[in-house]
Amino acid sequence: MTGLGHRLHRPGSTPVHRLPPQCKLVATAAFVLAVVCTPREAVWAFGGFALLLAAVAALARVTPGFLVRRMAVEVPFVAFAVLLPFVARGPRVEVLGLALSQSGLWSAWNILAKASLGTAASVLLAATTEPRQLLLGLERLRLPPLLVQIATFMLRYADVIVGEMRRMRLARAARGFDGRDVRAFGVLARSAGALFLRSYERGERVYLAMLSRGYDGRMPVLNEIAATRAQWAVAAVLPVAAVLVASGAWMVG
Amino acid sequence: MHVPDGFFDAPVSIGAGVVAAAGIAVSLRGARRELDDRTAPLAGLSAAFVFAAQMINFPVAAGTSGHLMGGALAAILVGPYAGVLCISVVLLVQMLFADGGVSAYGINVTLMALVGVLVGYGVFRLVTAALPGSVPAKAKVTAAAFLGALASVPASALTFVGLYALGGTADLSLGAVLTAMLGVHLLIGIGEGVITALTVGTVAAVRPDLVYALRGERTPLEIRSPRPAEV
Repeated sequence: MTGLGHRLHRPGSTPVHRLPPQCKLVATAAFVLAVVCTPREAVWAFGGFALLLAAVAALARVTPGFLVRRMAVEVPFVAFAVLLPFVARGPRVEVLGLALSQSGLWSAWNILAKASLGTAASVLLAATTEPRQLLLGLERLRLPPLLVQIATFMLRYADVIVGEMRRMRLARAARGFDGRDVRAFGVLARSAGALFLRSYERGERVYLAMLSRGYDGRMPVLNEIAATRAQWAVAAVLPVAAVLVASGAWMVG
Repeated sequence: MHVPDGFFDAPVSIGAGVVAAAGIAVSLRGARRELDDRTAPLAGLSAAFVFAAQMINFPVAAGTSGHLMGGALAAILVGPYAGVLCISVVLLVQMLFADGGVSAYGINVTLMALVGVLVGYGVFRLVTAALPGSVPAKAKVTAAAFLGALASVPASALTFVGLYALGGTADLSLGAVLTAMLGVHLLIGIGEGVITALTVGTVAAVRPDLVYALRGERTPLEIRSPRPAEV
Protein backbone atom coordinates (compact mmCIF):
# COMPACT_ATOMS: atom_id res chain seq x y z
CA MET A 1 0.00 0.00 0.00
CA THR A 2 2.73 2.46 0.82
CA GLY A 3 6.38 2.80 0.02
CA LEU A 4 7.09 2.49 3.70
CA GLY A 5 5.37 -0.82 4.00
CA HIS A 6 6.61 -2.15 0.71
CA ARG A 7 10.19 -1.69 1.72
CA LEU A 8 9.66 -3.90 4.76
CA HIS A 9 6.97 -6.27 3.62
CA ARG A 10 7.92 -9.56 1.99
CA PRO A 11 4.89 -11.09 0.36
CA GLY A 12 4.54 -14.80 0.90
CA SER A 13 2.17 -17.53 1.94
CA THR A 14 4.08 -19.25 4.72
CA PRO A 15 2.27 -20.24 7.94
CA VAL A 16 3.67 -17.08 9.55
CA HIS A 17 2.24 -14.89 6.77
CA ARG A 18 -1.17 -16.56 7.01
CA LEU A 19 -1.67 -15.99 10.75
CA PRO A 20 -4.23 -13.25 11.48
CA PRO A 21 -2.47 -9.94 12.23
CA GLN A 22 -3.92 -9.53 15.73
CA CYS A 23 -2.34 -12.86 16.79
CA LYS A 24 1.03 -11.78 15.44
CA LEU A 25 0.82 -8.37 17.16
CA VAL A 26 0.08 -9.92 20.54
CA ALA A 27 2.77 -12.57 20.05
CA THR A 28 5.39 -9.96 19.15
CA ALA A 29 4.55 -7.73 22.11
CA ALA A 30 4.58 -10.66 24.55
CA PHE A 31 7.87 -11.93 23.15
CA VAL A 32 9.53 -8.51 23.50
CA LEU A 33 8.24 -8.11 27.07
CA ALA A 34 9.67 -11.51 28.00
CA VAL A 35 13.04 -10.47 26.52
CA VAL A 36 13.06 -7.15 28.35
CA CYS A 37 12.28 -8.82 31.69
CA THR A 38 15.16 -11.30 31.40
CA PRO A 39 18.14 -10.57 33.69
CA ARG A 40 21.16 -9.52 31.66
CA GLU A 41 23.54 -11.93 33.39
CA ALA A 42 21.72 -14.90 31.81
CA VAL A 43 23.66 -14.75 28.57
CA TRP A 44 22.44 -18.17 27.42
CA ALA A 45 18.81 -17.01 27.57
CA PHE A 46 19.45 -14.38 24.90
CA GLY A 47 20.95 -17.08 22.72
CA GLY A 48 17.70 -18.98 23.23
CA PHE A 49 15.61 -15.95 22.19
CA ALA A 50 17.75 -15.48 19.10
CA LEU A 51 17.26 -19.13 18.18
CA LEU A 52 13.48 -18.74 18.57
CA LEU A 53 13.48 -15.72 16.24
CA ALA A 54 15.73 -17.55 13.79
CA ALA A 55 13.22 -20.40 13.72
CA VAL A 56 10.36 -17.98 12.98
CA ALA A 57 12.44 -16.29 10.28
CA ALA A 58 13.23 -19.63 8.68
CA LEU A 59 9.55 -20.60 8.79
CA ALA A 60 8.59 -17.26 7.22
CA ARG A 61 11.35 -17.56 4.58
CA VAL A 62 12.88 -14.25 5.65
CA THR A 63 16.58 -14.38 4.81
CA PRO A 64 19.18 -13.38 7.46
CA GLY A 65 20.60 -10.76 5.08
CA PHE A 66 17.23 -8.99 4.79
CA LEU A 67 16.79 -9.11 8.56
CA VAL A 68 20.22 -7.60 9.25
CA ARG A 69 19.80 -4.85 6.66
CA ARG A 70 16.42 -3.82 8.09
CA MET A 71 17.88 -3.71 11.59
CA ALA A 72 20.09 -0.75 10.65
CA VAL A 73 17.64 1.65 12.36
CA GLU A 74 19.15 0.79 15.70
CA VAL A 75 22.66 1.91 14.68
CA PRO A 76 22.69 5.17 16.74
CA PHE A 77 21.95 3.20 19.88
CA VAL A 78 24.62 0.65 19.05
CA ALA A 79 27.10 3.53 18.94
CA PHE A 80 25.85 4.64 22.35
CA ALA A 81 26.18 1.12 23.74
CA VAL A 82 29.74 0.80 22.44
CA LEU A 83 30.67 3.99 24.30
CA LEU A 84 29.20 2.78 27.60
CA PRO A 85 32.10 0.64 28.87
CA PHE A 86 34.37 3.69 28.58
CA VAL A 87 32.20 6.20 30.40
CA ALA A 88 30.24 4.20 32.99
CA ARG A 89 31.29 4.22 36.62
CA GLY A 90 32.20 1.36 38.90
CA PRO A 91 35.03 -1.17 39.16
CA ARG A 92 37.18 -1.57 36.07
CA VAL A 93 38.31 -4.70 34.33
CA GLU A 94 41.21 -5.13 31.96
CA VAL A 95 40.12 -6.10 28.43
CA LEU A 96 42.76 -6.17 25.68
CA GLY A 97 44.82 -3.65 27.61
CA LEU A 98 41.93 -1.19 28.10
CA ALA A 99 40.49 -0.44 31.52
CA LEU A 100 36.75 -0.79 30.97
CA SER A 101 33.94 -0.33 33.44
CA GLN A 102 32.49 -3.67 34.42
CA SER A 103 28.96 -2.37 34.84
CA GLY A 104 29.35 -0.45 31.59
CA LEU A 105 30.17 -3.67 29.76
CA TRP A 106 27.08 -5.33 31.21
CA SER A 107 24.90 -2.32 30.29
CA ALA A 108 26.25 -2.29 26.76
CA TRP A 109 25.52 -5.99 26.43
CA ASN A 110 22.07 -5.49 27.92
CA ILE A 111 21.10 -2.72 25.48
CA LEU A 112 22.67 -4.41 22.47
CA ALA A 113 21.04 -7.78 23.15
CA LYS A 114 17.57 -6.53 24.05
CA ALA A 115 17.40 -3.81 21.39
CA SER A 116 18.59 -6.19 18.66
CA LEU A 117 16.08 -8.89 19.65
CA GLY A 118 13.27 -6.33 19.86
CA THR A 119 14.15 -4.83 16.49
CA ALA A 120 14.45 -8.25 14.88
CA ALA A 121 11.03 -9.24 16.22
CA SER A 122 9.44 -6.03 14.83
CA VAL A 123 11.17 -6.50 11.47
CA LEU A 124 9.81 -10.05 11.27
CA LEU A 125 6.31 -8.76 12.07
CA ALA A 126 6.51 -6.05 9.42
CA ALA A 127 8.05 -8.43 6.90
CA THR A 128 5.22 -10.94 7.19
CA THR A 129 2.26 -8.58 7.58
CA GLU A 130 0.99 -5.88 5.22
CA PRO A 131 0.62 -2.43 6.81
CA ARG A 132 -3.12 -2.43 6.12
CA GLN A 133 -3.42 -5.82 7.84
CA LEU A 134 -1.48 -4.52 10.84
CA LEU A 135 -4.01 -1.73 11.22
CA LEU A 136 -6.94 -4.14 10.91
CA GLY A 137 -5.28 -6.25 13.61
CA LEU A 138 -4.94 -3.22 15.87
CA GLU A 139 -8.61 -2.44 15.26
CA ARG A 140 -9.58 -5.97 16.30
CA LEU A 141 -7.47 -5.57 19.43
CA ARG A 142 -9.79 -2.70 20.37
CA LEU A 143 -7.41 0.16 19.72
CA PRO A 144 -9.66 3.29 19.77
CA PRO A 145 -11.17 3.68 16.27
CA LEU A 146 -10.06 7.30 16.00
CA LEU A 147 -6.41 6.24 16.36
CA VAL A 148 -6.85 3.48 13.79
CA GLN A 149 -8.42 5.98 11.38
CA ILE A 150 -5.61 8.49 11.90
CA ALA A 151 -3.07 5.74 11.27
CA THR A 152 -4.96 4.59 8.16
CA PHE A 153 -5.01 8.09 6.70
CA MET A 154 -1.39 8.58 7.68
CA LEU A 155 -0.32 5.47 5.75
CA ARG A 156 -2.46 6.55 2.79
CA TYR A 157 -1.00 10.04 2.69
CA ALA A 158 2.59 9.21 3.65
CA ASP A 159 3.44 8.07 0.15
CA VAL A 160 1.85 11.12 -1.45
CA ILE A 161 3.66 13.49 0.88
CA VAL A 162 7.01 11.73 0.61
CA GLY A 163 6.65 11.80 -3.19
CA GLU A 164 5.88 15.51 -3.12
CA MET A 165 8.85 16.06 -0.83
CA ARG A 166 11.13 14.17 -3.18
CA ARG A 167 10.02 16.32 -6.11
CA MET A 168 10.64 19.47 -4.09
CA ARG A 169 14.09 18.24 -3.05
CA LEU A 170 14.89 17.50 -6.69
CA ALA A 171 13.72 20.97 -7.67
CA ARG A 172 15.94 22.53 -4.98
CA ALA A 173 18.92 20.45 -6.06
CA ALA A 174 18.35 21.41 -9.70
CA ARG A 175 18.68 25.04 -8.64
CA GLY A 176 22.01 24.41 -6.95
CA PHE A 177 20.74 24.11 -3.38
CA ASP A 178 23.10 22.37 -0.99
CA GLY A 179 21.64 22.02 2.48
CA ARG A 180 24.73 21.59 4.57
CA ASP A 181 24.78 24.97 6.21
CA VAL A 182 22.82 26.81 8.87
CA ARG A 183 21.83 29.30 6.19
CA ALA A 184 19.84 26.50 4.56
CA PHE A 185 17.32 26.57 7.41
CA GLY A 186 15.14 29.21 5.81
CA VAL A 187 14.83 27.30 2.56
CA LEU A 188 14.15 24.00 4.31
CA ALA A 189 11.51 25.52 6.56
CA ARG A 190 9.75 27.29 3.70
CA SER A 191 9.77 23.98 1.86
CA ALA A 192 8.17 22.36 4.91
CA GLY A 193 5.49 25.07 4.97
CA ALA A 194 4.76 24.65 1.27
CA LEU A 195 4.72 20.88 1.74
CA PHE A 196 2.15 21.16 4.51
CA LEU A 197 -0.08 23.44 2.42
CA ARG A 198 0.08 21.27 -0.67
CA SER A 199 -0.64 18.09 1.26
CA TYR A 200 -3.38 19.70 3.31
CA GLU A 201 -5.22 21.02 0.29
CA ARG A 202 -4.84 17.66 -1.37
CA GLY A 203 -6.17 16.03 1.79
CA GLU A 204 -9.21 18.29 1.72
CA ARG A 205 -9.98 17.27 -1.85
CA VAL A 206 -9.52 13.58 -1.04
CA TYR A 207 -11.77 13.92 2.00
CA LEU A 208 -14.54 15.58 0.00
CA ALA A 209 -14.26 12.86 -2.62
CA MET A 210 -14.55 10.23 0.11
CA LEU A 211 -17.57 11.93 1.65
CA SER A 212 -19.32 12.03 -1.71
CA ARG A 213 -18.75 8.28 -1.99
CA GLY A 214 -20.44 7.63 1.34
CA TYR A 215 -17.55 7.62 3.82
CA ASP A 216 -18.98 7.59 7.34
CA GLY A 217 -15.86 7.53 9.47
CA ARG A 218 -14.92 3.91 8.98
CA MET A 219 -13.40 2.02 6.11
CA PRO A 220 -15.70 -0.80 4.98
CA VAL A 221 -14.39 -4.22 6.05
CA LEU A 222 -14.18 -6.37 2.94
CA ASN A 223 -12.96 -9.57 4.53
CA GLU A 224 -13.39 -10.43 8.18
CA ILE A 225 -10.19 -11.51 9.81
CA ALA A 226 -11.49 -13.26 12.92
CA ALA A 227 -8.92 -15.62 14.39
CA THR A 228 -9.75 -19.19 15.37
CA ARG A 229 -8.60 -20.80 18.59
CA ALA A 230 -6.13 -22.92 16.63
CA GLN A 231 -4.55 -19.81 15.12
CA TRP A 232 -4.18 -18.20 18.53
CA ALA A 233 -2.57 -21.41 19.78
CA VAL A 234 -0.07 -21.40 16.90
CA ALA A 235 0.76 -17.74 17.52
CA ALA A 236 1.22 -18.43 21.23
CA VAL A 237 4.10 -20.85 20.61
CA LEU A 238 6.73 -18.09 20.27
CA PRO A 239 5.81 -16.03 23.37
CA VAL A 240 5.22 -19.14 25.52
CA ALA A 241 8.65 -20.47 24.58
CA ALA A 242 10.15 -17.05 25.33
CA VAL A 243 8.43 -16.90 28.73
CA LEU A 244 9.78 -20.38 29.53
CA VAL A 245 13.31 -19.25 28.62
CA ALA A 246 12.90 -16.06 30.66
CA SER A 247 11.62 -17.86 33.76
CA GLY A 248 14.41 -20.40 33.38
CA ALA A 249 16.86 -17.50 33.39
CA TRP A 250 15.30 -16.10 36.57
CA MET A 251 15.46 -19.45 38.36
CA VAL A 252 19.03 -20.26 37.36
CA GLY A 253 20.39 -16.72 37.67
CA MET B 1 15.69 9.89 19.68
CA HIS B 2 13.56 6.73 19.43
CA VAL B 3 14.28 4.66 22.52
CA PRO B 4 14.76 0.95 21.73
CA ASP B 5 13.96 -2.07 23.91
CA GLY B 6 16.29 -2.74 26.81
CA PHE B 7 17.17 0.87 27.49
CA PHE B 8 14.90 1.21 30.50
CA ASP B 9 13.96 -1.48 33.01
CA ALA B 10 10.50 -3.05 33.01
CA PRO B 11 8.83 -1.03 35.84
CA VAL B 12 9.68 2.31 34.20
CA SER B 13 8.60 1.04 30.77
CA ILE B 14 5.26 -0.12 32.16
CA GLY B 15 4.79 3.05 34.23
CA ALA B 16 5.45 5.23 31.19
CA GLY B 17 3.04 3.02 29.24
CA VAL B 18 0.29 3.77 31.75
CA VAL B 19 1.04 7.51 31.58
CA ALA B 20 1.01 7.37 27.79
CA ALA B 21 -2.31 5.49 27.70
CA ALA B 22 -3.89 8.03 30.04
CA GLY B 23 -2.57 10.92 27.95
CA ILE B 24 -3.88 9.39 24.73
CA ALA B 25 -7.29 8.73 26.34
CA VAL B 26 -7.59 12.36 27.43
CA SER B 27 -6.50 13.53 23.97
CA LEU B 28 -9.02 11.28 22.22
CA ARG B 29 -11.79 12.97 24.16
CA GLY B 30 -10.41 16.46 23.60
CA ALA B 31 -9.66 16.01 19.89
CA ARG B 32 -13.34 15.58 18.99
CA ARG B 33 -13.95 19.11 20.24
CA GLU B 34 -10.98 20.52 18.37
CA LEU B 35 -11.53 19.20 14.89
CA ASP B 36 -15.24 18.29 14.38
CA ASP B 37 -16.10 15.64 11.78
CA ARG B 38 -12.89 16.08 9.87
CA THR B 39 -10.81 14.95 12.87
CA ALA B 40 -9.45 11.71 11.51
CA PRO B 41 -8.53 12.72 7.95
CA LEU B 42 -6.87 15.97 8.92
CA ALA B 43 -5.08 14.53 11.94
CA GLY B 44 -3.93 11.65 9.73
CA LEU B 45 -2.66 14.12 7.18
CA SER B 46 -0.76 16.04 9.84
CA ALA B 47 0.69 12.78 11.14
CA ALA B 48 1.88 11.91 7.65
CA PHE B 49 3.33 15.40 7.37
CA VAL B 50 5.23 15.12 10.65
CA PHE B 51 6.41 11.69 9.54
CA ALA B 52 7.76 13.14 6.29
CA ALA B 53 9.21 16.20 8.04
CA GLN B 54 11.11 13.91 10.41
CA MET B 55 12.97 12.66 7.38
CA ILE B 56 14.47 16.12 6.76
CA ASN B 57 17.73 16.14 8.70
CA PHE B 58 19.12 19.53 9.54
CA PRO B 59 22.72 20.26 10.48
CA VAL B 60 23.33 20.82 14.21
CA ALA B 61 27.04 21.09 14.88
CA ALA B 62 30.26 19.56 13.60
CA GLY B 63 28.86 16.72 11.54
CA THR B 64 25.91 15.77 13.72
CA SER B 65 22.40 16.37 12.57
CA GLY B 66 19.01 16.32 14.17
CA HIS B 67 15.51 15.87 12.89
CA LEU B 68 12.23 17.43 13.76
CA MET B 69 10.26 16.02 16.70
CA GLY B 70 7.20 17.85 15.49
CA GLY B 71 5.25 18.02 18.76
CA ALA B 72 5.05 21.80 18.92
CA LEU B 73 4.45 22.05 15.16
CA ALA B 74 1.54 19.60 15.22
CA ALA B 75 0.00 21.22 18.30
CA ILE B 76 0.09 24.71 16.76
CA LEU B 77 -1.30 23.54 13.43
CA VAL B 78 -4.05 21.13 14.54
CA GLY B 79 -4.44 21.84 18.26
CA PRO B 80 -2.86 20.24 21.34
CA TYR B 81 -5.15 17.18 21.65
CA ALA B 82 -5.00 16.25 18.00
CA GLY B 83 -1.27 17.02 18.17
CA VAL B 84 -0.74 14.36 20.84
CA LEU B 85 -2.70 11.87 18.73
CA CYS B 86 -0.69 12.72 15.60
CA ILE B 87 2.67 12.20 17.26
CA SER B 88 1.47 9.03 19.02
CA VAL B 89 0.30 7.57 15.72
CA VAL B 90 3.58 8.52 14.02
CA LEU B 91 5.44 6.72 16.80
CA LEU B 92 3.09 3.73 16.56
CA VAL B 93 3.66 3.32 12.84
CA GLN B 94 7.41 3.80 13.27
CA MET B 95 7.35 1.14 15.99
CA LEU B 96 5.50 -1.30 13.73
CA PHE B 97 8.24 -0.69 11.17
CA ALA B 98 10.86 -1.44 13.85
CA ASP B 99 11.98 2.10 14.67
CA GLY B 100 11.71 2.33 18.44
CA GLY B 101 11.15 -0.61 20.77
CA VAL B 102 7.77 -2.23 21.42
CA SER B 103 8.30 -2.17 25.18
CA ALA B 104 9.58 1.42 24.93
CA TYR B 105 6.49 2.73 23.11
CA GLY B 106 5.07 4.21 26.32
CA ILE B 107 8.36 5.98 26.97
CA ASN B 108 8.56 7.33 23.43
CA VAL B 109 4.96 8.60 23.59
CA THR B 110 5.55 10.20 26.99
CA LEU B 111 8.75 11.92 25.83
CA MET B 112 7.78 13.11 22.38
CA ALA B 113 3.99 13.25 22.25
CA LEU B 114 3.02 14.23 25.79
CA VAL B 115 5.97 16.32 27.00
CA GLY B 116 6.78 17.66 23.53
CA VAL B 117 3.22 18.85 22.88
CA LEU B 118 2.46 20.03 26.43
CA VAL B 119 5.62 22.10 26.80
CA GLY B 120 5.65 23.28 23.20
CA TYR B 121 2.02 24.36 23.19
CA GLY B 122 2.14 25.67 26.77
CA VAL B 123 5.10 27.94 26.06
CA PHE B 124 3.48 28.95 22.79
CA ARG B 125 0.28 30.02 24.60
CA LEU B 126 2.21 31.82 27.35
CA VAL B 127 4.24 33.81 24.85
CA THR B 128 1.21 34.78 22.74
CA ALA B 129 -0.55 35.96 25.89
CA ALA B 130 2.49 37.86 27.15
CA LEU B 131 3.21 39.79 23.95
CA PRO B 132 1.44 43.16 23.83
CA GLY B 133 -1.57 43.53 21.57
CA SER B 134 0.22 46.02 19.34
CA VAL B 135 2.30 43.19 17.82
CA PRO B 136 0.58 41.91 14.66
CA ALA B 137 -0.98 38.45 15.09
CA LYS B 138 1.25 36.71 12.55
CA ALA B 139 4.50 38.02 14.02
CA LYS B 140 3.23 36.97 17.43
CA VAL B 141 2.48 33.45 16.26
CA THR B 142 5.84 33.10 14.56
CA ALA B 143 7.80 34.26 17.61
CA ALA B 144 5.74 32.12 19.97
CA ALA B 145 6.09 29.09 17.69
CA PHE B 146 9.87 29.51 17.76
CA LEU B 147 10.03 29.70 21.55
CA GLY B 148 7.54 26.86 22.07
CA ALA B 149 9.39 24.48 19.78
CA LEU B 150 12.74 25.59 21.22
CA ALA B 151 11.56 24.74 24.74
CA SER B 152 9.92 21.44 23.83
CA VAL B 153 13.11 19.63 22.77
CA PRO B 154 15.24 20.19 25.91
CA ALA B 155 12.11 19.51 27.99
CA SER B 156 11.83 16.08 26.38
CA ALA B 157 15.52 15.54 26.96
CA LEU B 158 15.12 16.49 30.63
CA THR B 159 12.25 14.03 31.01
CA PHE B 160 14.45 11.38 29.42
CA VAL B 161 17.13 12.06 32.04
CA GLY B 162 14.50 11.94 34.79
CA LEU B 163 13.23 8.56 33.60
CA TYR B 164 16.83 7.47 33.31
CA ALA B 165 17.43 8.30 36.97
CA LEU B 166 14.42 6.12 37.81
CA GLY B 167 15.10 3.10 35.67
CA GLY B 168 18.01 3.40 33.27
CA THR B 169 19.82 0.13 32.71
CA ALA B 170 23.31 1.63 32.43
CA ASP B 171 25.34 2.88 35.37
CA LEU B 172 26.24 6.38 34.22
CA SER B 173 26.72 9.45 36.32
CA LEU B 174 23.50 11.43 36.01
CA GLY B 175 25.45 14.66 35.63
CA ALA B 176 27.16 13.34 32.51
CA VAL B 177 23.88 12.17 30.95
CA LEU B 178 22.26 15.51 31.79
CA THR B 179 25.06 17.62 30.28
CA ALA B 180 25.29 15.53 27.12
CA MET B 181 21.53 15.36 26.55
CA LEU B 182 20.85 19.02 27.32
CA GLY B 183 23.80 20.29 25.29
CA VAL B 184 22.88 18.43 22.14
CA HIS B 185 19.17 19.01 22.53
CA LEU B 186 19.46 22.75 23.06
CA LEU B 187 21.13 22.89 19.65
CA ILE B 188 18.50 20.59 18.13
CA GLY B 189 15.87 22.77 19.82
CA ILE B 190 17.13 25.83 17.96
CA GLY B 191 16.77 23.96 14.69
CA GLU B 192 13.32 22.73 15.70
CA GLY B 193 12.36 26.28 16.67
CA VAL B 194 13.50 27.85 13.41
CA ILE B 195 11.82 25.22 11.26
CA THR B 196 8.59 25.28 13.29
CA ALA B 197 8.42 29.09 13.26
CA LEU B 198 9.07 29.39 9.52
CA THR B 199 6.65 26.56 8.69
CA VAL B 200 3.89 28.05 10.82
CA GLY B 201 4.70 31.48 9.36
CA THR B 202 4.39 30.17 5.79
CA VAL B 203 1.08 28.44 6.50
CA ALA B 204 -0.25 31.47 8.41
CA ALA B 205 0.59 33.74 5.50
CA VAL B 206 -1.26 31.66 2.91
CA ARG B 207 -4.04 29.84 4.77
CA PRO B 208 -4.43 31.32 8.26
CA ASP B 209 -7.65 29.29 8.62
CA LEU B 210 -5.54 26.12 8.81
CA VAL B 211 -3.54 27.24 11.85
CA TYR B 212 -5.40 26.08 14.95
CA ALA B 213 -3.70 28.70 17.11
CA LEU B 214 -4.96 31.48 14.84
CA ARG B 215 -8.62 30.47 15.11
CA GLY B 216 -10.76 33.34 16.24
CA GLU B 217 -8.28 35.87 14.89
CA ARG B 218 -9.89 37.72 12.05
CA THR B 219 -7.97 39.74 9.58
CA PRO B 220 -9.96 42.93 9.02
CA LEU B 221 -11.49 43.00 5.58
CA GLU B 222 -9.44 45.15 3.30
CA ILE B 223 -11.12 46.61 0.26
CA ARG B 224 -8.73 47.40 -2.50
CA SER B 225 -10.30 49.16 -5.41
CA PRO B 226 -8.30 49.63 -8.54
CA ARG B 227 -7.49 53.22 -9.28
CA PRO B 228 -9.40 54.24 -12.40
CA ALA B 229 -7.02 54.24 -15.28
CA GLU B 230 -6.35 57.57 -16.88
CA VAL B 231 -7.61 57.61 -20.38
